[in-house]
Amino acid sequence: MSKLVKDMKEAIRLSGLKDGMTISFHHHLRNGDMVAVMVLDAICELGIKDLNVNISSIFDTHAPFIEYIRDGVITGIETDYMGGVVGRAVSEGILEKPVTFRTHGGRPSDIIRGASPIDVAFIAAPTADCMGNCTGKTGPSACGSLGYAFADAMYAGKSVVITDNLVDYPLVDYSISEEYIDYVVTVDKIGEPSGIVSGTTKITKDPVGLVIADYAARAIDASGLLVDGFSFQTGAGGASLAAAKYLKDIMIRKNVKGSYGLGGITSYMVDMLQSGCFKALYDVQCFDLGAVESIRTNPCHMEVSGAHYASPTAKSSAVDSLNVVILGATEIDTDFNVNVHTDSNGYIMGGSGGHSDTAAGAKMSIIVAPLSRARLPIVVDKVLCKSTPGNTIDVLVTQRGIAVNPQRPELAERFTAAGLPVVDIHDLKEMAEKLNGVPKKPQLGDRVVANVLYRDGSMLDTIREVPVR
Amino acid sequence: MIKQKACAGTLESSDIYVEIAPAAAGSGIKLNLTSVVMQQFGDQIESVIRQTLDQLDVKDAELTVSDRGAVDCTIRARVETAVCRGKGVE
Repeated sequence: MSKLVKDMKEAIRLSGLKDGMTISFHHHLRNGDMVAVMVLDAICELGIKDLNVNISSIFDTHAPFIEYIRDGVITGIETDYMGGVVGRAVSEGILEKPVTFRTHGGRPSDIIRGASPIDVAFIAAPTADCMGNCTGKTGPSACGSLGYAFADAMYAGKSVVITDNLVDYPLVDYSISEEYIDYVVTVDKIGEPSGIVSGTTKITKDPVGLVIADYAARAIDASGLLVDGFSFQTGAGGASLAAAKYLKDIMIRKNVKGSYGLGGITSYMVDMLQSGCFKALYDVQCFDLGAVESIRTNPCHMEVSGAHYASPTAKSSAVDSLNVVILGATEIDTDFNVNVHTDSNGYIMGGSGGHSDTAAGAKMSIIVAPLSRARLPIVVDKVLCKSTPGNTIDVLVTQRGIAVNPQRPELAERFTAAGLPVVDIHDLKEMAEKLNGVPKKPQLGDRVVANVLYRDGSMLDTIREVPVR
Repeated sequence: MIKQKACAGTLESSDIYVEIAPAAAGSGIKLNLTSVVMQQFGDQIESVIRQTLDQLDVKDAELTVSDRGAVDCTIRARVETAVCRGKGVE
Protein backbone atom coordinates (compact mmCIF):
# COMPACT_ATOMS: atom_id res chain seq x y z
CA MET A 1 0.00 0.00 0.00
CA SER A 2 1.14 3.52 -0.70
CA LYS A 3 -0.58 6.81 -0.17
CA LEU A 4 1.56 8.50 -2.78
CA VAL A 5 -0.53 9.99 -5.56
CA LYS A 6 0.79 11.33 -8.84
CA ASP A 7 0.02 15.01 -8.38
CA MET A 8 -1.96 17.63 -6.51
CA LYS A 9 -5.01 17.40 -8.73
CA GLU A 10 -5.16 13.65 -8.22
CA ALA A 11 -5.04 14.15 -4.44
CA ILE A 12 -7.80 16.73 -4.61
CA ARG A 13 -9.96 14.48 -6.80
CA LEU A 14 -9.42 11.50 -4.48
CA SER A 15 -10.23 13.63 -1.43
CA GLY A 16 -13.73 14.16 -2.80
CA LEU A 17 -13.48 17.95 -2.54
CA LYS A 18 -16.62 19.64 -3.86
CA ASP A 19 -18.06 23.15 -4.17
CA GLY A 20 -19.00 24.66 -0.83
CA MET A 21 -16.61 22.57 1.29
CA THR A 22 -14.02 23.70 3.84
CA ILE A 23 -10.29 23.24 3.25
CA SER A 24 -7.53 24.01 5.71
CA PHE A 25 -3.86 25.01 5.83
CA HIS A 26 -1.28 25.68 8.52
CA HIS A 27 1.13 28.62 8.45
CA HIS A 28 4.45 27.24 9.69
CA LEU A 29 6.16 28.18 6.44
CA ARG A 30 5.05 31.72 7.25
CA ASN A 31 5.76 34.23 4.50
CA GLY A 32 7.64 31.54 2.55
CA ASP A 33 4.58 29.29 2.17
CA MET A 34 3.98 28.14 -1.38
CA VAL A 35 1.55 25.33 -0.63
CA ALA A 36 -1.73 27.17 0.00
CA VAL A 37 -1.57 29.00 -3.33
CA MET A 38 -0.34 25.85 -5.12
CA VAL A 39 -3.36 23.90 -3.81
CA LEU A 40 -5.77 26.69 -4.77
CA ASP A 41 -4.26 26.80 -8.28
CA ALA A 42 -4.99 23.09 -8.67
CA ILE A 43 -8.48 23.50 -7.20
CA CYS A 44 -9.15 26.33 -9.64
CA GLU A 45 -8.02 24.20 -12.60
CA LEU A 46 -10.41 21.49 -11.46
CA GLY A 47 -13.24 24.03 -11.51
CA ILE A 48 -14.10 23.67 -7.81
CA LYS A 49 -15.37 26.88 -6.20
CA ASP A 50 -17.25 28.41 -3.27
CA LEU A 51 -14.72 27.13 -0.75
CA ASN A 52 -14.34 28.08 2.87
CA VAL A 53 -10.63 28.38 3.72
CA ASN A 54 -9.59 27.75 7.32
CA ILE A 55 -5.93 28.74 7.58
CA SER A 56 -4.11 29.31 10.86
CA SER A 57 -2.54 32.56 9.56
CA ILE A 58 -2.48 34.52 6.31
CA PHE A 59 0.74 36.24 5.22
CA ASP A 60 1.46 38.59 2.34
CA THR A 61 2.70 35.63 0.29
CA HIS A 62 -0.97 34.63 0.17
CA ALA A 63 -1.85 37.73 -1.88
CA PRO A 64 -3.18 35.50 -4.72
CA PHE A 65 -6.08 34.70 -2.35
CA ILE A 66 -7.45 38.09 -3.39
CA GLU A 67 -7.85 36.92 -7.00
CA TYR A 68 -9.41 33.66 -5.85
CA ILE A 69 -11.91 35.63 -3.77
CA ARG A 70 -12.77 37.78 -6.80
CA ASP A 71 -13.22 34.65 -8.91
CA GLY A 72 -15.52 32.97 -6.36
CA VAL A 73 -13.09 30.13 -5.62
CA ILE A 74 -12.78 31.34 -2.03
CA THR A 75 -16.01 32.60 -0.48
CA GLY A 76 -15.16 32.28 3.21
CA ILE A 77 -12.07 32.72 5.37
CA GLU A 78 -11.42 31.59 8.92
CA THR A 79 -8.05 32.49 10.38
CA ASP A 80 -6.15 33.61 13.49
CA TYR A 81 -4.04 36.30 11.82
CA MET A 82 -4.18 38.20 8.54
CA GLY A 83 -1.28 40.24 7.15
CA GLY A 84 -1.72 43.67 5.64
CA VAL A 85 -2.09 42.77 1.96
CA VAL A 86 -5.06 40.40 2.18
CA GLY A 87 -6.21 42.39 5.23
CA ARG A 88 -6.56 45.55 3.19
CA ALA A 89 -8.66 43.82 0.53
CA VAL A 90 -10.90 42.29 3.22
CA SER A 91 -11.21 45.64 5.01
CA GLU A 92 -12.31 47.22 1.75
CA GLY A 93 -15.07 44.64 1.51
CA ILE A 94 -13.89 42.13 -1.11
CA LEU A 95 -15.49 39.19 0.71
CA GLU A 96 -19.25 39.05 1.01
CA LYS A 97 -19.22 36.85 4.10
CA PRO A 98 -17.40 38.24 7.14
CA VAL A 99 -14.06 36.64 7.97
CA THR A 100 -14.03 34.60 11.17
CA PHE A 101 -11.06 35.41 13.40
CA ARG A 102 -10.12 32.94 16.10
CA THR A 103 -7.15 32.60 18.42
CA HIS A 104 -4.41 30.00 18.12
CA GLY A 105 -6.06 28.15 21.01
CA GLY A 106 -9.63 28.71 19.87
CA ARG A 107 -8.95 27.32 16.40
CA PRO A 108 -7.92 23.78 17.43
CA SER A 109 -10.55 23.87 20.16
CA ASP A 110 -13.28 24.56 17.61
CA ILE A 111 -11.91 21.99 15.17
CA ILE A 112 -11.72 19.29 17.84
CA ARG A 113 -15.15 19.94 19.33
CA GLY A 114 -16.72 20.02 15.87
CA ALA A 115 -17.62 23.71 15.84
CA SER A 116 -15.57 24.33 12.68
CA PRO A 117 -15.38 21.10 10.69
CA ILE A 118 -12.76 20.72 7.94
CA ASP A 119 -13.46 18.61 4.87
CA VAL A 120 -9.94 18.43 3.48
CA ALA A 121 -6.73 19.48 5.26
CA PHE A 122 -3.65 20.24 3.17
CA ILE A 123 -0.52 19.88 5.26
CA ALA A 124 2.73 21.35 4.02
CA ALA A 125 5.41 18.98 5.33
CA PRO A 126 9.13 19.72 5.05
CA THR A 127 9.81 15.97 5.31
CA ALA A 128 7.44 13.01 4.94
CA ASP A 129 7.40 9.33 4.10
CA CYS A 130 5.08 7.58 1.65
CA MET A 131 2.54 6.78 4.36
CA GLY A 132 2.26 10.36 5.56
CA ASN A 133 4.38 10.39 8.69
CA CYS A 134 5.76 13.90 8.57
CA THR A 135 7.85 16.52 10.34
CA GLY A 136 8.98 20.10 10.00
CA LYS A 137 12.36 19.51 11.63
CA THR A 138 14.27 18.40 8.53
CA GLY A 139 14.34 18.99 4.80
CA PRO A 140 15.23 21.92 2.54
CA SER A 141 12.16 23.84 3.71
CA ALA A 142 12.51 22.95 7.40
CA CYS A 143 10.32 25.11 9.61
CA GLY A 144 10.63 23.30 12.95
CA SER A 145 7.38 22.75 14.82
CA LEU A 146 4.20 21.79 12.94
CA GLY A 147 2.08 22.54 16.03
CA TYR A 148 -0.89 24.20 14.36
CA ALA A 149 -1.33 21.38 11.80
CA PHE A 150 -2.11 18.64 14.31
CA ALA A 151 -5.82 19.35 14.78
CA ASP A 152 -6.26 19.71 11.02
CA ALA A 153 -4.57 16.37 10.30
CA MET A 154 -6.44 14.54 13.06
CA TYR A 155 -9.95 15.92 12.59
CA ALA A 156 -10.35 16.75 8.87
CA GLY A 157 -12.47 14.41 6.74
CA LYS A 158 -9.43 13.81 4.55
CA SER A 159 -5.84 14.86 5.14
CA VAL A 160 -3.30 15.39 2.38
CA VAL A 161 0.43 15.74 3.10
CA ILE A 162 2.40 17.83 0.61
CA THR A 163 6.18 17.51 0.75
CA ASP A 164 9.33 18.39 -1.19
CA ASN A 165 11.43 15.91 0.78
CA LEU A 166 10.11 12.36 0.57
CA VAL A 167 12.15 9.87 2.63
CA ASP A 168 12.07 6.10 2.97
CA TYR A 169 9.51 4.62 5.36
CA PRO A 170 9.54 4.95 8.32
CA LEU A 171 10.35 8.59 8.93
CA VAL A 172 12.43 8.82 12.10
CA ASP A 173 11.20 11.35 14.67
CA TYR A 174 7.90 12.16 12.97
CA SER A 175 5.56 14.85 14.29
CA ILE A 176 2.25 14.00 12.69
CA SER A 177 1.53 10.31 12.38
CA GLU A 178 0.46 8.33 9.31
CA GLU A 179 -2.70 7.19 11.08
CA TYR A 180 -4.35 10.52 10.19
CA ILE A 181 -3.10 10.92 6.62
CA ASP A 182 -4.97 9.84 3.49
CA TYR A 183 -2.72 10.95 0.64
CA VAL A 184 0.84 12.11 0.07
CA VAL A 185 1.85 14.41 -2.79
CA THR A 186 5.40 15.35 -3.72
CA VAL A 187 6.14 18.73 -5.27
CA ASP A 188 9.36 20.51 -6.28
CA LYS A 189 9.25 23.04 -3.52
CA ILE A 190 6.88 23.79 -0.63
CA GLY A 191 8.48 26.99 0.61
CA GLU A 192 10.95 29.79 0.20
CA PRO A 193 13.42 29.46 3.11
CA SER A 194 14.07 33.23 3.26
CA GLY A 195 10.37 33.81 3.93
CA ILE A 196 10.05 31.03 6.50
CA VAL A 197 12.30 32.96 8.86
CA SER A 198 10.49 36.08 9.89
CA GLY A 199 12.10 39.49 9.61
CA THR A 200 10.59 40.57 12.93
CA THR A 201 12.70 38.31 15.10
CA LYS A 202 15.51 40.79 15.62
CA ILE A 203 16.31 42.43 18.90
CA THR A 204 15.64 46.16 18.90
CA LYS A 205 18.43 48.74 18.87
CA ASP A 206 16.00 51.60 19.31
CA PRO A 207 16.79 53.32 22.63
CA VAL A 208 13.09 53.75 23.41
CA GLY A 209 12.54 50.02 22.84
CA LEU A 210 15.46 49.22 25.13
CA VAL A 211 14.08 51.39 27.94
CA ILE A 212 10.73 49.60 27.60
CA ALA A 213 12.47 46.22 27.62
CA ASP A 214 14.47 47.14 30.72
CA TYR A 215 11.32 48.24 32.58
CA ALA A 216 9.52 45.05 31.52
CA ALA A 217 12.34 42.80 32.76
CA ARG A 218 12.53 44.71 36.05
CA ALA A 219 8.74 44.51 36.44
CA ILE A 220 8.94 40.72 36.06
CA ASP A 221 11.73 40.67 38.63
CA ALA A 222 9.63 42.75 41.02
CA SER A 223 6.40 40.80 40.46
CA GLY A 224 7.27 38.00 42.85
CA LEU A 225 6.83 35.46 40.04
CA LEU A 226 10.51 35.20 39.14
CA VAL A 227 11.35 32.21 41.33
CA ASP A 228 12.40 28.62 40.60
CA GLY A 229 9.78 27.04 38.34
CA PHE A 230 9.16 30.31 36.48
CA SER A 231 7.52 29.92 33.05
CA PHE A 232 7.56 32.51 30.31
CA GLN A 233 6.42 33.45 26.83
CA THR A 234 7.43 36.45 24.78
CA GLY A 235 6.39 37.73 21.40
CA ALA A 236 8.79 38.14 18.50
CA GLY A 237 8.67 41.94 18.41
CA GLY A 238 11.95 43.81 18.94
CA ALA A 239 11.14 45.19 22.40
CA SER A 240 9.76 41.83 23.60
CA LEU A 241 12.96 40.09 22.54
CA ALA A 242 15.10 42.72 24.24
CA ALA A 243 13.04 42.18 27.41
CA ALA A 244 13.79 38.45 27.18
CA LYS A 245 17.49 39.23 26.92
CA TYR A 246 17.40 41.48 30.01
CA LEU A 247 15.32 38.88 31.83
CA LYS A 248 17.89 36.22 31.03
CA ASP A 249 20.60 38.37 32.63
CA ILE A 250 18.49 38.75 35.80
CA MET A 251 17.72 35.01 35.94
CA ILE A 252 21.39 34.10 35.62
CA ARG A 253 22.45 36.70 38.19
CA LYS A 254 19.84 35.51 40.69
CA ASN A 255 20.30 31.85 39.75
CA VAL A 256 16.58 31.35 39.02
CA LYS A 257 15.85 27.95 37.48
CA GLY A 258 12.73 28.33 35.37
CA SER A 259 10.46 25.51 34.23
CA TYR A 260 9.54 26.20 30.61
CA GLY A 261 9.58 28.75 27.84
CA LEU A 262 6.52 28.70 25.62
CA GLY A 263 5.32 29.93 22.30
CA GLY A 264 6.45 30.83 18.99
CA ILE A 265 10.12 30.18 19.76
CA THR A 266 13.03 32.39 18.69
CA SER A 267 16.80 32.00 19.05
CA TYR A 268 16.60 34.20 22.14
CA MET A 269 14.42 31.64 23.92
CA VAL A 270 16.79 28.90 22.74
CA ASP A 271 19.62 30.89 24.25
CA MET A 272 17.71 31.04 27.57
CA LEU A 273 17.21 27.26 27.45
CA GLN A 274 20.89 26.67 26.78
CA SER A 275 21.85 29.06 29.58
CA GLY A 276 19.85 27.01 32.06
CA CYS A 277 17.01 29.52 32.50
CA PHE A 278 14.47 26.83 31.61
CA LYS A 279 14.20 23.07 31.83
CA ALA A 280 12.30 22.89 28.55
CA LEU A 281 10.84 24.80 25.63
CA TYR A 282 7.32 24.04 24.45
CA ASP A 283 7.27 25.08 20.82
CA VAL A 284 4.14 25.46 18.72
CA GLN A 285 5.93 27.44 15.99
CA CYS A 286 9.56 28.31 15.19
CA PHE A 287 10.31 31.91 14.28
CA ASP A 288 13.89 31.56 13.12
CA LEU A 289 16.55 29.09 12.03
CA GLY A 290 18.11 28.96 15.50
CA ALA A 291 14.81 27.64 16.83
CA VAL A 292 14.54 25.12 13.98
CA GLU A 293 18.05 23.83 14.68
CA SER A 294 17.32 23.55 18.40
CA ILE A 295 14.02 21.65 18.07
CA ARG A 296 15.79 19.21 15.74
CA THR A 297 18.71 18.53 18.03
CA ASN A 298 17.73 19.25 21.63
CA PRO A 299 15.28 16.82 23.26
CA CYS A 300 14.39 19.48 25.86
CA HIS A 301 13.03 21.64 23.05
CA MET A 302 9.71 20.00 22.39
CA GLU A 303 7.03 20.41 19.77
CA VAL A 304 3.49 20.98 21.08
CA SER A 305 0.24 20.97 19.13
CA GLY A 306 -1.92 24.08 18.93
CA ALA A 307 -4.38 22.44 21.31
CA HIS A 308 -1.67 21.57 23.82
CA TYR A 309 -0.39 25.11 23.50
CA ALA A 310 -3.56 27.02 24.14
CA SER A 311 -6.89 25.23 23.67
CA PRO A 312 -9.44 26.42 26.24
CA THR A 313 -11.37 23.14 25.93
CA ALA A 314 -8.38 20.82 26.39
CA LYS A 315 -8.25 19.29 29.86
CA SER A 316 -5.28 21.56 30.31
CA SER A 317 -3.02 23.46 27.97
CA ALA A 318 0.42 24.98 28.38
CA VAL A 319 -0.89 28.54 28.68
CA ASP A 320 -2.73 27.51 31.87
CA SER A 321 0.58 27.05 33.70
CA LEU A 322 2.20 30.17 32.31
CA ASN A 323 3.61 32.70 34.78
CA VAL A 324 4.42 35.67 32.56
CA VAL A 325 3.77 36.62 28.96
CA ILE A 326 5.05 39.70 27.13
CA LEU A 327 2.85 40.85 24.27
CA GLY A 328 2.54 43.72 21.83
CA ALA A 329 -0.37 45.98 20.89
CA THR A 330 -1.36 48.39 18.14
CA GLU A 331 -3.67 50.13 20.62
CA ILE A 332 -4.70 49.66 24.24
CA ASP A 333 -7.60 51.48 25.83
CA THR A 334 -8.00 52.87 29.32
CA ASP A 335 -9.86 49.66 30.28
CA PHE A 336 -6.74 47.71 29.14
CA ASN A 337 -8.53 46.15 26.13
CA VAL A 338 -5.94 45.49 23.41
CA ASN A 339 -6.20 45.74 19.63
CA VAL A 340 -3.84 43.61 17.53
CA HIS A 341 -6.21 43.17 14.57
CA THR A 342 -6.40 46.58 12.91
CA ASP A 343 -4.18 49.61 12.32
CA SER A 344 -5.13 53.13 13.33
CA ASN A 345 -7.11 53.59 10.11
CA GLY A 346 -9.14 50.46 10.76
CA TYR A 347 -7.43 48.24 8.20
CA ILE A 348 -6.89 44.61 9.18
CA MET A 349 -3.15 43.93 9.59
CA GLY A 350 -2.85 41.23 12.23
CA GLY A 351 -4.86 39.07 14.55
CA SER A 352 -4.85 37.40 17.90
CA GLY A 353 -2.54 34.53 17.25
CA GLY A 354 -1.93 33.40 20.81
CA HIS A 355 -2.37 36.91 22.26
CA SER A 356 -5.63 36.43 24.12
CA ASP A 357 -4.90 32.77 24.96
CA THR A 358 -1.67 33.59 26.77
CA ALA A 359 -3.11 36.75 28.34
CA ALA A 360 -5.93 34.63 29.81
CA GLY A 361 -3.62 31.88 31.02
CA ALA A 362 -0.64 33.80 32.38
CA LYS A 363 -0.46 34.98 35.98
CA MET A 364 0.87 38.28 34.66
CA SER A 365 0.38 39.53 31.11
CA ILE A 366 2.50 42.49 30.06
CA ILE A 367 1.97 44.71 27.04
CA VAL A 368 5.14 46.44 25.83
CA ALA A 369 4.63 49.45 23.56
CA PRO A 370 6.00 52.94 23.01
CA LEU A 371 3.92 55.84 24.31
CA SER A 372 3.15 56.71 20.69
CA ARG A 373 4.02 55.47 17.23
CA ALA A 374 4.26 57.87 14.33
CA ARG A 375 2.26 60.50 16.24
CA LEU A 376 -0.46 58.10 17.33
CA PRO A 377 -0.83 57.61 21.08
CA ILE A 378 -0.81 53.93 22.04
CA VAL A 379 -3.43 54.51 24.76
CA VAL A 380 -6.88 55.38 23.46
CA ASP A 381 -10.33 55.79 24.99
CA LYS A 382 -11.69 52.79 23.13
CA VAL A 383 -9.80 50.38 20.87
CA LEU A 384 -11.03 50.08 17.27
CA CYS A 385 -11.11 46.32 17.75
CA LYS A 386 -11.13 44.39 20.99
CA SER A 387 -8.71 41.52 20.31
CA THR A 388 -7.93 40.72 23.95
CA PRO A 389 -10.22 41.68 26.82
CA GLY A 390 -8.81 44.15 29.34
CA ASN A 391 -9.60 41.95 32.32
CA THR A 392 -6.86 39.57 31.14
CA ILE A 393 -4.22 42.29 30.69
CA ASP A 394 -2.32 43.21 33.83
CA VAL A 395 0.44 45.64 32.90
CA LEU A 396 1.29 48.15 30.18
CA VAL A 397 4.98 49.08 29.95
CA THR A 398 5.93 52.23 28.02
CA GLN A 399 9.13 54.29 28.05
CA ARG A 400 7.29 56.90 30.13
CA GLY A 401 6.02 54.61 32.85
CA ILE A 402 4.23 51.42 33.77
CA ALA A 403 0.45 51.31 34.05
CA VAL A 404 -1.06 48.53 36.14
CA ASN A 405 -4.61 47.26 35.73
CA PRO A 406 -6.54 48.45 38.83
CA GLN A 407 -7.62 44.80 39.25
CA ARG A 408 -4.03 44.09 40.31
CA PRO A 409 -3.19 46.59 43.07
CA GLU A 410 -0.64 44.18 44.59
CA LEU A 411 1.44 44.38 41.40
CA ALA A 412 1.39 48.18 41.48
CA GLU A 413 2.60 48.04 45.08
CA ARG A 414 5.43 45.66 44.23
CA PHE A 415 6.54 47.77 41.26
CA THR A 416 6.48 50.97 43.32
CA ALA A 417 8.48 49.29 46.09
CA ALA A 418 11.06 48.26 43.48
CA GLY A 419 11.43 51.87 42.36
CA LEU A 420 9.68 51.39 39.02
CA PRO A 421 7.71 54.35 37.60
CA VAL A 422 4.07 53.34 38.08
CA VAL A 423 1.59 55.68 36.41
CA ASP A 424 -2.14 55.73 35.78
CA ILE A 425 -3.04 54.58 32.25
CA HIS A 426 -5.07 57.78 31.78
CA ASP A 427 -1.91 59.79 32.48
CA LEU A 428 -0.04 57.92 29.75
CA LYS A 429 -2.81 58.84 27.33
CA GLU A 430 -2.60 62.48 28.40
CA MET A 431 1.21 62.55 28.11
CA ALA A 432 0.99 61.19 24.56
CA GLU A 433 -1.71 63.64 23.56
CA LYS A 434 0.29 66.53 24.93
CA LEU A 435 3.22 65.55 22.70
CA ASN A 436 1.24 64.59 19.61
CA GLY A 437 -2.12 66.30 19.74
CA VAL A 438 -5.45 64.51 19.92
CA PRO A 439 -6.01 62.32 16.86
CA LYS A 440 -9.32 62.44 15.01
CA LYS A 441 -11.19 59.13 14.79
CA PRO A 442 -10.96 57.33 11.43
CA GLN A 443 -14.19 57.07 9.45
CA LEU A 444 -15.45 53.49 9.15
CA GLY A 445 -18.35 52.02 7.21
CA ASP A 446 -21.28 50.12 8.72
CA ARG A 447 -20.74 46.78 7.04
CA VAL A 448 -19.06 44.09 9.13
CA VAL A 449 -16.11 42.50 7.31
CA ALA A 450 -14.88 40.27 10.15
CA ASN A 451 -16.11 38.73 13.37
CA VAL A 452 -13.57 38.33 16.14
CA LEU A 453 -14.22 35.27 18.28
CA TYR A 454 -12.77 34.91 21.73
CA ARG A 455 -10.89 31.70 22.54
CA ASP A 456 -14.06 30.08 23.94
CA GLY A 457 -15.91 30.71 20.66
CA SER A 458 -18.00 33.64 21.93
CA MET A 459 -18.22 36.85 19.88
CA LEU A 460 -15.74 39.40 21.17
CA ASP A 461 -15.99 42.16 18.57
CA THR A 462 -16.63 42.94 14.93
CA ILE A 463 -14.41 44.72 12.39
CA ARG A 464 -16.08 47.19 10.07
CA GLU A 465 -15.39 48.04 6.46
CA VAL A 466 -12.97 50.86 5.62
CA PRO A 467 -14.58 53.05 2.93
CA VAL A 468 -12.41 53.21 -0.20
CA ARG A 469 -11.37 56.79 -0.83
CA MET B 1 11.41 84.37 -1.96
CA ILE B 2 12.09 80.77 -2.90
CA LYS B 3 14.82 80.84 -5.53
CA GLN B 4 15.59 77.17 -6.01
CA LYS B 5 14.33 73.69 -5.39
CA ALA B 6 15.22 72.40 -1.93
CA CYS B 7 14.31 69.68 0.51
CA ALA B 8 14.57 68.79 4.20
CA GLY B 9 13.75 65.82 6.42
CA THR B 10 13.60 62.08 5.80
CA LEU B 11 11.04 59.36 5.23
CA GLU B 12 11.80 57.71 8.59
CA SER B 13 8.88 57.02 10.92
CA SER B 14 8.00 60.12 12.99
CA ASP B 15 9.78 62.42 10.50
CA ILE B 16 8.52 64.44 7.56
CA TYR B 17 10.06 65.02 4.11
CA VAL B 18 9.51 68.48 2.68
CA GLU B 19 10.29 69.48 -0.90
CA ILE B 20 9.90 73.10 -1.88
CA ALA B 21 10.12 74.75 -5.32
CA PRO B 22 9.78 78.31 -6.61
CA ALA B 23 6.43 79.51 -7.96
CA ALA B 24 5.40 82.59 -9.93
CA ALA B 25 4.69 85.70 -7.86
CA GLY B 26 1.03 85.85 -6.90
CA SER B 27 0.44 82.13 -7.44
CA GLY B 28 0.25 81.45 -3.71
CA ILE B 29 1.13 78.28 -1.80
CA LYS B 30 0.50 75.05 -3.64
CA LEU B 31 0.67 72.19 -1.13
CA ASN B 32 0.62 68.51 -2.02
CA LEU B 33 0.46 66.68 1.31
CA THR B 34 0.43 62.96 2.04
CA SER B 35 0.59 61.50 5.53
CA VAL B 36 0.34 58.15 7.29
CA VAL B 37 -1.90 59.93 9.79
CA MET B 38 -3.92 61.94 7.26
CA GLN B 39 -7.26 61.00 8.82
CA GLN B 40 -6.11 61.74 12.36
CA PHE B 41 -3.92 64.84 11.87
CA GLY B 42 -4.19 65.96 8.21
CA ASP B 43 -5.80 69.35 8.98
CA GLN B 44 -3.37 70.03 11.80
CA ILE B 45 -0.30 69.22 9.66
CA GLU B 46 -1.52 71.48 6.84
CA SER B 47 -2.19 74.36 9.19
CA VAL B 48 1.28 74.06 10.81
CA ILE B 49 2.95 74.05 7.39
CA ARG B 50 1.00 77.10 6.20
CA GLN B 51 1.61 78.98 9.47
CA THR B 52 5.35 78.28 9.27
CA LEU B 53 5.51 79.49 5.66
CA ASP B 54 3.58 82.59 6.64
CA GLN B 55 5.97 83.35 9.50
CA LEU B 56 8.92 82.98 7.12
CA ASP B 57 7.19 85.32 4.69
CA VAL B 58 6.93 82.74 1.93
CA LYS B 59 3.98 83.79 -0.24
CA ASP B 60 4.51 81.75 -3.37
CA ALA B 61 5.88 78.23 -3.47
CA GLU B 62 5.11 74.69 -4.52
CA LEU B 63 5.48 72.09 -1.77
CA THR B 64 5.39 68.32 -1.88
CA VAL B 65 5.26 66.97 1.64
CA SER B 66 5.38 63.36 2.74
CA ASP B 67 4.63 62.97 6.45
CA ARG B 68 5.45 59.86 8.47
CA GLY B 69 3.82 60.92 11.72
CA ALA B 70 5.99 63.89 12.69
CA VAL B 71 4.94 66.08 15.62
CA ASP B 72 4.38 69.82 15.15
CA CYS B 73 7.87 70.96 16.19
CA THR B 74 9.44 68.54 13.69
CA ILE B 75 7.13 69.77 10.95
CA ARG B 76 8.06 73.40 11.69
CA ALA B 77 11.79 72.57 11.75
CA ARG B 78 11.71 70.69 8.45
CA VAL B 79 9.65 73.36 6.69
CA GLU B 80 11.91 76.12 8.00
CA THR B 81 15.04 74.28 6.84
CA ALA B 82 13.57 73.63 3.39
CA VAL B 83 12.62 77.29 3.08
CA CYS B 84 16.10 78.47 4.12
CA ARG B 85 17.68 76.15 1.59
CA GLY B 86 15.18 77.29 -1.03
CA LYS B 87 16.05 80.90 -0.34
CA GLY B 88 19.74 80.08 -0.57
CA VAL B 89 20.38 81.10 3.03
CA GLU B 90 23.51 79.47 4.43
